[in-house]
Amino acid sequence: MFGLANPDRFMRFTRPVTPVAWAVAVLLLLVGTWLSFTAPGDYQQGDTVRIMFVHVPAASLGLMIYGALGVSSFFALVFRHPLADAAARAAALPGAAYTALALITGALWGQPMWGTWWVWDARLTSVLVLFLFYLGYMALRSAIDDEAKAARAAAVLGLVGLINLPIVKFSVDWWNTLHQPASLLRAGGTSLDPVFLWPLLTMMAGFGALFLAIWLSAIRTEIVRRRVMGLRARAAQNA
Amino acid sequence: MLDLDMSPYGAFVWPAWAITAVVMAGLVARALAASKRWKAELKRLETEAAKPGSEADA
Repeated sequence: MFGLANPDRFMRFTRPVTPVAWAVAVLLLLVGTWLSFTAPGDYQQGDTVRIMFVHVPAASLGLMIYGALGVSSFFALVFRHPLADAAARAAALPGAAYTALALITGALWGQPMWGTWWVWDARLTSVLVLFLFYLGYMALRSAIDDEAKAARAAAVLGLVGLINLPIVKFSVDWWNTLHQPASLLRAGGTSLDPVFLWPLLTMMAGFGALFLAIWLSAIRTEIVRRRVMGLRARAAQNA
Repeated sequence: MLDLDMSPYGAFVWPAWAITAVVMAGLVARALAASKRWKAELKRLETEAAKPGSEADA
């Protein structure tokens, strides 16, 4: 695992893995979309249940990606692994995009089912805070010119944001929320009928594979960008 | 059986899926474009550095 923290080894390892991740993501998303629109409508929610197949994967991945950003920030800050900072940086934009999707699709599901686009309940508010942590992380990185200083400051913010993850996850248990409690991962097993469970699991795998492909590609790009910066700096020194 | 009749909720279901598709396509396009741009720049700099008489050669 730590062997991969060497950028050259990482580039060699991910060269064949990244195209496979792209292909698996496309395949899973196509199959998941087909399953999502061949599943029957829910007896209570009707066709709005199909929003679940994009909302739940986006929300789960938004949360997990922040976990990856936080852990990478920890390794970047404590062990100064060159790849850890690249991994944290590369996770921020897809994480923010997935979390934004969770908020938007949640609003589009909330209006017909709850009669409102938004309520300041604990789940929705904590997901909004998660989104703001992503934005803050990216803003902080771009606000400081010195890349090393920007990386350290962003890593600290990335770590602080980890506190919010259990709040998002358990908000529906700790407080009375309009948002429903967990129905997929809960004590006693899932409460979802298999006709909804399989499309949902396939879409979750598709969202996950797509993130992995984007993440690996972005980390590889970041390594290449740093090499370019190094060459430019050397050329400027020699000039 | 494929069911594309979302009525009466089409105004909520289709935008949710459309926005998801657009955001995902944007993420993919951005990742691929950045990869292409930086790879091309690295190749250009490496070719320049390998030219006879370049500073790296000196």
